[in-house]
Amino acid sequence: MARVTDKQPSVLRSLDWWTIGIYIALLIFGWISVCGASYTYGDTDIFSLSTRSGMQIVWIGTSLFLGLVILLLDDKFYDTFSYVIYGIFLVLLFLTIFNPHEIKGSRSWLVLGPLRLQPAEFAKFATALAISKLMGSYGFNIHRWKDFTAASAVVVLPLLFIVAQKETGSALVYLSFFLMFYREGMPGSVLFTGLAMVIYFVLGIKYENVMLFDTQTSVGKFIVLLLVQIFSAVLINVYCKDKKKMLIVLYSCLGVTLICFLFSVYVIPSFDIVWVQLIICLVLIGYLFYNWLRTHLSSYFFILAFTIGSIVFFYSADYVLNNVMEPHQRVRINVLLGLDEDISGAGYNVHQSEIAIGSGGLQGKGFLNGTQTKLKFVPEQDTDFIFCTVGEEEGFLGSAGVLCLFLALVLRLMYLAERQPFAFGRIYGYCVLGIFLFHLFINVGMVLGLTPVIGIPLPFFSYGGSSLWGFTLLLFIFLRIDAGRNLVRT
Amino acid sequence: MKDFNLENRRFVIGGVGIAIVLIYTIRLFTLQLLSDDYKKNADSNAFLKKIEYPSRGSVYDRNGKLMVYNQPAYDIMVVMNEARGHLDTLEFCSALGMTKAEFIKRMSDIKDRNKNPGYSRFTQQLFKSLLSDKEFSVFREKMFRFPGFYVQKRSIRQYEYPYAAHVLGDVGEVSNADIEEDDYYQPGDYIGKLGVEKAYEKQLRGEKGVQILLRDAHGRIQGSYQDGKFDKRPVAGKDLTLSIDVKLQALAERMLQGKIGSVVAIEPSTGEVLALVSSPTYDPRTLVGRMRSKTHRALSRNVWKPLLNRAIMGQYPPGSTFKTTQALTYLTEGIITPSTMFPCNHGFSYHGLHVGCHSHPSPLNLIDAISTSCNGYFCWGLYYMMSNRIKYKNVEDAMNVWRDYMVSMGFGYKLGIDLPGEKRGLIPNSSFYDKAYHGSWNGLTVISIAIGQGEVNLTPLQIANLGATIANRGYYYVPHVVRKVQYEPLDTTYMRRHRTMASERAYRAVIAGMRSSALKGSSKALGHLPFTVCGKTGTAQNRGQDHSVFMGFAPMNKPKIAIAVYVENGGFGADFAVPIAGVLFEQYINGKLSPSAMKQADELQKRRIAYGSRNR
Repeated sequence: MARVTDKQPSVLRSLDWWTIGIYIALLIFGWISVCGASYTYGDTDIFSLSTRSGMQIVWIGTSLFLGLVILLLDDKFYDTFSYVIYGIFLVLLFLTIFNPHEIKGSRSWLVLGPLRLQPAEFAKFATALAISKLMGSYGFNIHRWKDFTAASAVVVLPLLFIVAQKETGSALVYLSFFLMFYREGMPGSVLFTGLAMVIYFVLGIKYENVMLFDTQTSVGKFIVLLLVQIFSAVLINVYCKDKKKMLIVLYSCLGVTLICFLFSVYVIPSFDIVWVQLIICLVLIGYLFYNWLRTHLSSYFFILAFTIGSIVFFYSADYVLNNVMEPHQRVRINVLLGLDEDISGAGYNVHQSEIAIGSGGLQGKGFLNGTQTKLKFVPEQDTDFIFCTVGEEEGFLGSAGVLCLFLALVLRLMYLAERQPFAFGRIYGYCVLGIFLFHLFINVGMVLGLTPVIGIPLPFFSYGGSSLWGFTLLLFIFLRIDAGRNLVRT
Repeated sequence: MKDFNLENRRFVIGGVGIAIVLIYTIRLFTLQLLSDDYKKNADSNAFLKKIEYPSRGSVYDRNGKLMVYNQPAYDIMVVMNEARGHLDTLEFCSALGMTKAEFIKRMSDIKDRNKNPGYSRFTQQLFKSLLSDKEFSVFREKMFRFPGFYVQKRSIRQYEYPYAAHVLGDVGEVSNADIEEDDYYQPGDYIGKLGVEKAYEKQLRGEKGVQILLRDAHGRIQGSYQDGKFDKRPVAGKDLTLSIDVKLQALAERMLQGKIGSVVAIEPSTGEVLALVSSPTYDPRTLVGRMRSKTHRALSRNVWKPLLNRAIMGQYPPGSTFKTTQALTYLTEGIITPSTMFPCNHGFSYHGLHVGCHSHPSPLNLIDAISTSCNGYFCWGLYYMMSNRIKYKNVEDAMNVWRDYMVSMGFGYKLGIDLPGEKRGLIPNSSFYDKAYHGSWNGLTVISIAIGQGEVNLTPLQIANLGATIANRGYYYVPHVVRKVQYEPLDTTYMRRHRTMASERAYRAVIAGMRSSALKGSSKALGHLPFTVCGKTGTAQNRGQDHSVFMGFAPMNKPKIAIAVYVENGGFGADFAVPIAGVLFEQYINGKLSPSAMKQADELQKRRIAYGSRNR
């Protein structure tokens, strides 16, 4: 009974006001940016509900109300109903696939009278709750295949539904859950493998048509195969603790490659070293297989899998890019890798956003003075490309400040997650910070021309009710869980 | 439950977050602070600098008669996005006097990005250019029924008289080379192409104004930037007053009709060019507006080369008019005195070399030699100068002294008239002959230069300037066709006296000879005029019929006008050049023509020279 009576003050007292402060600061900054981005010339009333800036106030107000409601609910509620919530959203996502209304080529919007909602934005918190519940339950062990597969399925299911809605960008956000998996004990080698794949892909495709010193060797393939060999050698050292074998593999691979290279430069000019490298890789695979049979160490098997997987991945990625992907997807990737500099075509958005940001200088042009964003040079300027407005109107100081605010939020969330007494809270916390970090990474990166143009919003900045509500739900549920950390549960 | 090994993984995750923010901050730093390329790009993106064209300066003749002015013309512009679908094509075509097929072709040409690279369906595109007032008035009445069509006011040059085309020149659209040379220009601008339009382009063009408008990515105008705080009003071009007397010019052009040749008249006391004619010429009014390119093509293909300004670009042997320069040189150098006599028996004969001459009393003195235009006299003079080893070390030395005299009289180099394309003519020097004759030459080898033949070439302008120099008794001002630029002092180049090397005494002797020529010598047709004319005829030999040349000035004391007339293949100087000059003298000095002069002018106008159809 005592718990019930002092429940209200205890929530406010143990609430993390630092996070609330950062949240409010981001909302204010975000609203200013939406004003700048959606302001049309000659329009004076930024508070009018007929303007985007006026509507954004409505979204902010309702979000704050939503946050308050979340804080008032019992923290046990989220734990208890996590599977139910997840189930509801899964059904909703599934139904949305058959949504007849297409908006900008995407079926992800549900139109309910004046409201347009994106279930994908809300499914994030539902998925986070479900995965926290699953992984926080007694006896869950991520190293067990069955458990890991179950956890992955919780993440991949909504991902697939969203891909089916033609919202690839929103779907990719679900990959951020793997950051939480890593924290919870997923082997680092999985993350490393993921990273290695990205490196193969980027280097291999970007330099595929560059030739090595006038020989017939493609620089892209050459580098990727060399990296596969080097990675395998290093993995031998890390996982099998066998420095001698690493050096044997390293020296023989590099030595043979060097000899072939010199051979092709000075003796037979029309000689493709890639074939030799493939033979070296085959020998390497045989060597790893031999060691596995001899020592029965499973590490050798995994390294063997990594080596084979790397080569298969690289060649199949090449095949997919050239033969499977649709032209517009290929163009996006080419633009990102700097292969296609068609400024009026696919690179237009990125180029215009770079111009807008670059024109901001140190201090920016000031509130509502950004000519680039105001005059609609930047498409999607108040949604996905909102960071342009920050860069143009607030300059380097403002945009670096916004980045620092986001970093502070992520680090603060990490601190809060680590102080959770139960796995459920900690896992949910890492889900939240992972999602924020991923949005920040992709959204700001794409505006700055560093990451692919994937249409996902910048949390608290991009115009729109769905995303703002979604992020508020995500954050405030965690704050509510955190506020209840000191309560003794029965 | 707690696994401290796993807890440390937060440092990896935190490190990833910090690394991302750090990399993005560095990227922001390079974009926003290290390079201002993006800023420049942003400026050209967001602002539309709308050019406001200034009116080009007008041109007046020396008596204040308007010669060139601007006439409004209208470009019809179209915004495709607004024009689609609402147009009564039939009515539109009839208002512009075009067929439906033409209309369809024009519209598709505008949309073709190969032909019209700057196409945007949101901005104004040129539909039809330079409509005249009359053509436009029909269109204007119906314009409200053609949505998406707009009018841009331009102006075209208009000419009051059909004369002085070579002096006035013309304007045309800038070429790529013009734009490269001067970034004031943008494609579609007009620039002076010839004549004073080109030479005084900077003064005439004025200064373009600019209106800074904000626009969006579709090119749509959003409004004026900061209420026009940075706008600039256009500054009108300056008016020019020419030194040309349009009546004199017209008369000279009339008399040169059907002949190839030039007339240049200069006011000796100022160097102002009173008339500058090159024949055949063209009507400047035909090189205007939409007809321009067609006319220009026809003119440039014409075998008579009407676009060539022969007065300053034609390089001719000056013939006997050149003898005056020889007399001045020999006198000043002390080779002869006014009373020195030389024999002439139908020419100059020495060591087997013979230069022919007509029959006249022999021997004779300088004044008679100039008066009758005796070849022998001047050949002897040059021979004695070139072989004088007391004054000159060798023939090269003598030749170079001679050359210096000629250059001091304004030959061999461009005089520097304020018109484009002037040629320098040719005055040979010793190294020229060393090369031509491999070092083995003497006074006899080059003897024909004494009578204005051989290697010597002058432009008609240089011949006229010779007249002015003699009239001034030894100096000239650089000839110029612009007397005054509005609000500007005259260029000091045209206010400095250039002294020749010849002495004033020598000039007096030559003038006496030229006066004698007008009274009883080769140009005696001018003797009857009521003022004192001094003149020298020339009959310049060339491959075909001789050129008819005259150089002279009047009155003898206080000269008001110096004239050179050059008629290609006109025969003796007295045949064409002398009578033409006589009429011009009368016109300029008396301000009108006597009935007999009028009759003579009409006759001269009608006389044609048969040139054949050979390319010239």
